[in-house]
Amino acid sequence: MYPIVLLSVLGIVVLYLGFLKSKSILLPATLLFLVVAMIGNFFEWNDGELLYFKGMFAVNKLTLTFNAIVLFSAFMIVAMTQGFQDNEEAQPAEYFALMLFSLVGAFMMIGFENLIMLFLGVEILSVAMYVLTGSDKRNLRSNEAALKYFLMGAFATGIMLFGIALLYGASGSFSLNGIESFVTLNQRSPSYLLYAGLLLVLIGMLFKVSAAPFHFWTPDVYDGAPSIFTAFMATIVKTAGFAALFRLLSHSFSGIYDFWWPTLSILTVLTLLVGNIIAVYQDSFKRMLAYSSISHAGYLLIALTSMTKQTENAILFYSMAYSFATICAFGVLIPVAREKSLEGRPNESYEAFNGLAKNNPLLAFVLTVSMLSLAGIPLTAGFWGKFFVFSSAVERELVWMIIVAVLMSAVGIYYYFRVIMAAYMKEGDTATIRIAPFYKIVLIAATLLTILFGLAPGLFEAAM
Amino acid sequence: MIQPPAIPEIIQLIPLKSYLILSTALFVIGIIGVLTRRNAIVIFMSVELMLNSVNLLLIAFSSYRSDPTGQVFVFFIMAVAAAEVAVGLAIIVMIYRNTRTIDINFLKKLKG
Repeated sequence: MYPIVLLSVLGIVVLYLGFLKSKSILLPATLLFLVVAMIGNFFEWNDGELLYFKGMFAVNKLTLTFNAIVLFSAFMIVAMTQGFQDNEEAQPAEYFALMLFSLVGAFMMIGFENLIMLFLGVEILSVAMYVLTGSDKRNLRSNEAALKYFLMGAFATGIMLFGIALLYGASGSFSLNGIESFVTLNQRSPSYLLYAGLLLVLIGMLFKVSAAPFHFWTPDVYDGAPSIFTAFMATIVKTAGFAALFRLLSHSFSGIYDFWWPTLSILTVLTLLVGNIIAVYQDSFKRMLAYSSISHAGYLLIALTSMTKQTENAILFYSMAYSFATICAFGVLIPVAREKSLEGRPNESYEAFNGLAKNNPLLAFVLTVSMLSLAGIPLTAGFWGKFFVFSSAVERELVWMIIVAVLMSAVGIYYYFRVIMAAYMKEGDTATIRIAPFYKIVLIAATLLTILFGLAPGLFEAAM
Repeated sequence: MIQPPAIPEIIQLIPLKSYLILSTALFVIGIIGVLTRRNAIVIFMSVELMLNSVNLLLIAFSSYRSDPTGQVFVFFIMAVAAAEVAVGLAIIVMIYRNTRTIDINFLKKLKG
């Protein structure tokens, strides 16, 4: 609750700071505000289950942990924004304010107790992201990405709203508890309005987390958006989306598990296949990361489909490991692509990484750890993420799904290792890549956390 | 459907099913528009049609149950749709300035 209020107000403060002549205060101010929100987040840590706004918004340990992951990712991404001060066209105050506002949407998606809150959260997050995607106004690629994201996002919202209307028609309530009691009362006699409504809401949400077959916008949008905002989309939107899906399915619809799990399992397998196999054929690292984000949505969907007691932990740990590794990957991509720019735009292909280990061993190391974590190699957080996800599927005896997932992880190793090979084995030009000291600290911190949680995953549960 | 007693008779002249069919038809027209049209503005209008079919459906359910929450939700949808229109039209104008067209078939920079 506190972070929502704090960030809504502090976002406006950031907008006002934009009036100042010197733009150099914006970045430290935004980072400070994120820290303040993080402190505010833990004020309610020991209060147990709280309800706000007449029971429309819930706060408990699970939502607070999701909030913390989102805030921490946002902190790292904001810390990595560079070059806004020198760029005449950039509007850093607006960007930072929009990022803070979009976090408010993410919190609402994480803690919603009423479908109105879910809708508002999704919209706050998405509308801010549409603007940020198109923030590079003169760049046609950014324009195109913004239009595609906007049209597809609005379309998905429409579908989700129709689903919500049908759920309301069936159960007479927008609150998760009201729907849950309707579901448990009518378990024997199915209401088709409810089923259709649930399917449409699921489709709308799966659009947002880019699960196949609703993923087709993802590669283009991730590719066209400025890299820093792509990192934001790939981590925060996905974490919040899965938190919302988990809340919806575990809370309201656990009574009709037998209805939704077959549908979800088909989509899961499809997502895994599409994400991993198409990623192999990409020449651009950034586009590969887009497909990798689709495939990781597939792994997270495995945990959702199995929906056991472990799911909660599996989704939390997986989204944390995925967020840190993805932020590291983008953190390396941004300076490398800028340094090797081709024809006036950043070079995001695999070739840009040739010889990185000699030019800048630190970046090469960060890249290696993040790729290993995304591939799920032991001693990184990504391994334990996959382990928890698979063990929740084992509990449900979804063995065939695990076989597909393991095969697809093996495919994943191929394309994740391609960039490591480029960095260590290939010869490239010897232009040194300069990065700011603060940027370095953020990258090292994220890498160390990835290794730390890889060595001792119990730390995470102990912290909860 | 549970029928609470306080529904005005005038509402019951048209059965709830008709509202459901009408708004589903509007919604499907909207979806077809999004999937087949090539002009960004027309796609955008189709999305708005989808949202308005939702509004109609919510109001119908809401008055049949004499429960105001559905109508409150409609206000939220209208407010958010207005915000979305503002952002969406700005994006379309930005593209028109750069390319002098809003036909989405010409947007092919991103491929792979």
